[in-house]
Amino acid sequence: MQAVVSAVLGVAIVAGLSVPAHSYTAYISNEKGNTITVVDTDKLQAVRTIKVGQRPRGIELTKDGNYVLVAVGDDDTIQMVDTKSGEVVSTLPSGPDPELFTQDPAGNLLYVANENDNTVTIIDLQKRARVGEVQVGVEPEGMGISPDGKTLVATSETTNMAHFIDLDTRKIVANVLVDARPRFAAFKPDGSELWVSSEVGGTVSIIDPHSHQVIKKITFAIPGLRSEAIQPVGISITRDGKTAFVALGPANRVAVVDTGTHEVTKYLLVGQRVWHTAFTPDERYLLTTNGVSNDISVIDVGSLKVIKSIQVGELPWGVTISQK
Amino acid sequence: MTTDVTIRSEARFSAPQYAICLAGIIWREGLRFLHQRERFISALVRPLVWLFIFAAGFRQVLGVSIIPPYETYVLYEVYITPGLIAMIQLFNGMQSSLSMVYDREMGNMRTLLVSPFPRWYLLSSKLIAGTAVSLLQVYAFLFIAWFWEIEPPPIGYLTVIPALVLSGLMLGALGMLISSVITQLENFAGVMNFVIFPMFFASSALYPLWRVQEGSPFLYYVCQANPFTHATELIRFALYGQVNWISLAVVCGCTAVFMVGAILAYDPARGLLARRGDRGGAA
Repeated sequence: MQAVVSAVLGVAIVAGLSVPAHSYTAYISNEKGNTITVVDTDKLQAVRTIKVGQRPRGIELTKDGNYVLVAVGDDDTIQMVDTKSGEVVSTLPSGPDPELFTQDPAGNLLYVANENDNTVTIIDLQKRARVGEVQVGVEPEGMGISPDGKTLVATSETTNMAHFIDLDTRKIVANVLVDARPRFAAFKPDGSELWVSSEVGGTVSIIDPHSHQVIKKITFAIPGLRSEAIQPVGISITRDGKTAFVALGPANRVAVVDTGTHEVTKYLLVGQRVWHTAFTPDERYLLTTNGVSNDISVIDVGSLKVIKSIQVGELPWGVTISQK
Repeated sequence: MTTDVTIRSEARFSAPQYAICLAGIIWREGLRFLHQRERFISALVRPLVWLFIFAAGFRQVLGVSIIPPYETYVLYEVYITPGLIAMIQLFNGMQSSLSMVYDREMGNMRTLLVSPFPRWYLLSSKLIAGTAVSLLQVYAFLFIAWFWEIEPPPIGYLTVIPALVLSGLMLGALGMLISSVITQLENFAGVMNFVIFPMFFASSALYPLWRVQEGSPFLYYVCQANPFTHATELIRFALYGQVNWISLAVVCGCTAVFMVGAILAYDPARGLLARRGDRGGAA
């Protein structure tokens, strides 16, 4: 009997142990702490804090993985942090109050939404110089680039529009009205749909990038929560394009959306005021920044379970994860 | 069960004979449990009502925080599950004690207590039988709760067993101790009011202790001194494959104290039975 029990226990323990994850490095911008917290995604713990400029929000790694780019809004610039030394080595000439930015697929050009002057600044990353500008609506924030690199979408928070910009001509080709305070724009990996989250409207609009029509609006309902508490912000879509994760702000939940049916399949409880999200490159984990509770939550993408929350700096806002 | 055994000195029974006695008592407890289908259903419905109704209403009130053994934020339903498991065992322990009062009133206890096995052994067997029944109830509850998205790690379903056995023994022994001073069945309402409710509410079953401390430091100390809190915490940690050593020590200690108390109380020579003039169990 004892042998059986220990055998069962042994099997259960082995089954319970997880295969060690590949170790990636996540960088989290802390809006109020003026720092970047570096997190090891294997150990699932914070390993380092890097001091940066004031009000860091948008954060992304360069494609070669050598620099972390972080928009420090109150310093009106974008800082380049060397990932090896952890030092701020350079700045990039954005417009006033840069918030979010995106890179072209090759990683040569940076498109920056400047919240205060209603423009998108185009920066050449090699020359570290401004090479162009596009006027958009009031308070631009969300920046999405199509997988083919031909179309940029900027969302303006106050005008409530998604502006489609042709990157060859650098001209707006369409303006699509969405619900109040659009915060974020993300293309499906195959480029067939554009998803735009509206923080105040409480919806995600799905736009056909060819016809520029809103084809569907996803709404969210969580039992016991007022609808005002549901404020969609960050969106991450898996590489296979089948599942989307939408951060719902003060609802403290991440919605899991089936991209085929556009229906919410599950809500996952994370920390308070969940803002942005990022996958590890193997898509094993999705990290969420939780602004009010000063932590990040780790979602196991396979089992759709929140496995851990990790304390980071003050008011975590954005997150980016190394490819290696 | 023991009629063919002539009364000899206690030490001469062999291990198999002890085993037969234990099996007999567990069998009887199991039969009683199976035949009282309402008892099984009510044992299941009680925690489910708390889970489905109370927890749903309290979801937002409690707010969120991370406390060990949890590594991230949990829904209120997940938080109160260990407390509800302990509640199942608390009710079961008390009901088992009620059945002893019933046995005493109906004279069944005479059959048990005229057995030549040592009194402590009979009472312990009864306790083990009651704990075994509570385990069945707990797993039935966990099974239903799983569909309510209360999904502890799979290993937790195994690691919780020792904790359940310990807490079941502690609460059963407490029930036994209480049953020794109850003379009538009707007194169960008193047990509800003076034992079950205070133990359940003044514990970490429904709200984390840091929350209690914010509201009332005095109540916080009461909760910490409550053995039921430690039964709940022991189960909570074990359900996530961890050990809460303080709770483990408290539960073991309380089990021993309650058990010794019950054995003394049921000892016809010096226990409460003799003092009360109740000869029901005198061998």
